[in-house]
Amino acid sequence: MGKEPWLEVRDLWVEVEGKEVLKGVSLVLPRGETHALFGRNGSGKTTLLMTIMGFPAYKVRHGQILFKGEDITSLPPYERAKRGIGIMFQRPPTIRGVKLREMLKLCAKDNGIRIEELAREFGFEGFLDRDVNRGFSGGELKKSELLQLLIQDPDLVLLDEPESGVDMQNLQVIGRMIRRLLQKDTHRPRTKSGLIITHTGFILQFVPADLGYVMIDGTIYCQGNPQEIFEGIQKHGYEECISCLRRIEE
Amino acid sequence: MSEKDRRIRPRIEDFRPAKEGRIPRSLEELSPEEWARLKEVGIEPEAPREGEFFQADARVVHCRTLPEGLELLPITEALRKYDWIEEYWWKTVDRDKDEYTRATDEDLDDGYFIRVLPGVRLVYPVQTCLYIRTPGVVQKVHNLIIVEEGAELNLITACTTHPGVRSGFHIGVSEFYVKRKGKLTFTMIHNWADETYVRPRTGVRVEEEGTYISTYVTLHPVASVQSMPVCRLVGEGARAVFGSVVVAPRNSYLDLGAVVSLEAPNSRAEIISRSVSTGGESIARGHLIGRAPQIKAHLECQGLMLSDEGAIKAIPQLDAYYAHVDMSHEAAVGKIAQEEIEYLMARGLSEEEATSLIVQGFLSVRIEGLPAELQKRIDQAVALARQGL
Repeated sequence: MGKEPWLEVRDLWVEVEGKEVLKGVSLVLPRGETHALFGRNGSGKTTLLMTIMGFPAYKVRHGQILFKGEDITSLPPYERAKRGIGIMFQRPPTIRGVKLREMLKLCAKDNGIRIEELAREFGFEGFLDRDVNRGFSGGELKKSELLQLLIQDPDLVLLDEPESGVDMQNLQVIGRMIRRLLQKDTHRPRTKSGLIITHTGFILQFVPADLGYVMIDGTIYCQGNPQEIFEGIQKHGYEECISCLRRIEE
Repeated sequence: MSEKDRRIRPRIEDFRPAKEGRIPRSLEELSPEEWARLKEVGIEPEAPREGEFFQADARVVHCRTLPEGLELLPITEALRKYDWIEEYWWKTVDRDKDEYTRATDEDLDDGYFIRVLPGVRLVYPVQTCLYIRTPGVVQKVHNLIIVEEGAELNLITACTTHPGVRSGFHIGVSEFYVKRKGKLTFTMIHNWADETYVRPRTGVRVEEEGTYISTYVTLHPVASVQSMPVCRLVGEGARAVFGSVVVAPRNSYLDLGAVVSLEAPNSRAEIISRSVSTGGESIARGHLIGRAPQIKAHLECQGLMLSDEGAIKAIPQLDAYYAHVDMSHEAAVGKIAQEEIEYLMARGLSEEEATSLIVQGFLSVRIEGLPAELQKRIDQAVALARQGL
């Protein structure tokens, strides 16, 4: 396709609490594309996202992470955020005494995005003066995360199971928010890229992905059409993937 | 006497009397540096106020009151003017409580008298300031505040030292009387110097359906503060809230708390404490005594240790003397959760920015019933202090 690679992961080996979790992961995510990551619980999907964001508990033993051509493997999370990487947490913590509005102002830095307007558009203005994530329901947490990301406006968005714990009605709104985040409704060439972990695949109905991966035991086994991969997993489970001929041979 | 003992029990004889201080005759004598310092604790001449009181060392330099129904006088003047003050004088605080109350009784350096007449509800705050202007003096004040039946007062006391003063000693006896259906909110924002000692001695008496809300804020280095107000809820449905928001920097020793005695049915009390240690010692005490049925009392102490130096000690105590009481406490001391710091870092905040935001959030306690203006002042003080954390 000739699009420039936004994110490049090269032979990444990662240890968490002394345990090797990622065992040689490589992928290329071009500018403007969305890729979906499938895999069982514990296969290493979240570890990959957390390592790309740069959290210190995820220790890179080998390999590299490049963002827009720059090696960011040893940068702290806030430096990566400043360069344009954003992450949606699956279980974000509560920040007591800090209003969501205040946090959004800090996320925005100076890029001029209007907090009030965006919150109203997604029916979240009532939460601006509440403590960040305090007492939020499953769906509210997701909206809070996505609103923060919309304000932060990153070029690469890492989404960890955006649909988990969300009812069908909220799923629509969350789908719309992610579409906005990844410029899915624009006809101009997209500049935003996304890497989505999904268990259920529901989110792909709202946010089409360009490529899918299956992660098994810390390595990427297969890549291809995300819809086909997802249907295959639904029919045959991950066992099929393990014996699948499309497995990427190193 | 060890350094620590002196910190905990400062001796009056180590200080010069405040009456020997460089006392200004008027506010005009204060330098721009002094005004900058006063501004830090929220003293701004142009802000809307019902009354103002300013005492430097041992002299009342400025005392002004605007509305009808509010009396604001130097206490020495009020003592000459009203015989009936005897009924309130040293009635909620024992004059023989300790050497500090005795010294204040023997040689008073003034203080303020505030009385709000029955049914008068004041909109804007009354601002008082007790200021130590001369290095090495001991300032001994005695304040008396009476909120008459159905009246309301919002009182802000800002205490600070001259920017050039490091050492000083402030002893402040305060007696508060809230009559039937009266409401008093008392907010103290302190910004002392690192070698200043502070010994407030406070007594409070609240009658039927009266409300007393006290908030104490100290966020800057101070040698030591020790204070344990004693509040008696003597009328049915009386209510008291004591909040404290404190930061103990290195070499600061803060021993703060409150005793509330619930002596009438349906009285309610709450003690809320938030302390952060950045290397100093903070003791958060709370003592609730249920001496009547159908009372409700809660105590909450939360501490955040930001350093391996210093200490936070939470010492809650509940005493119940009736079956039908609802008394509880919760205390928690810990460090900032790494998860929260990382969360904010992923949003583009550096580790230092993330830490200070979390600390600010931790300290921004919401006190039910506190007027917005006072809450704003507390939030401003916390936001200002955040830069130094």
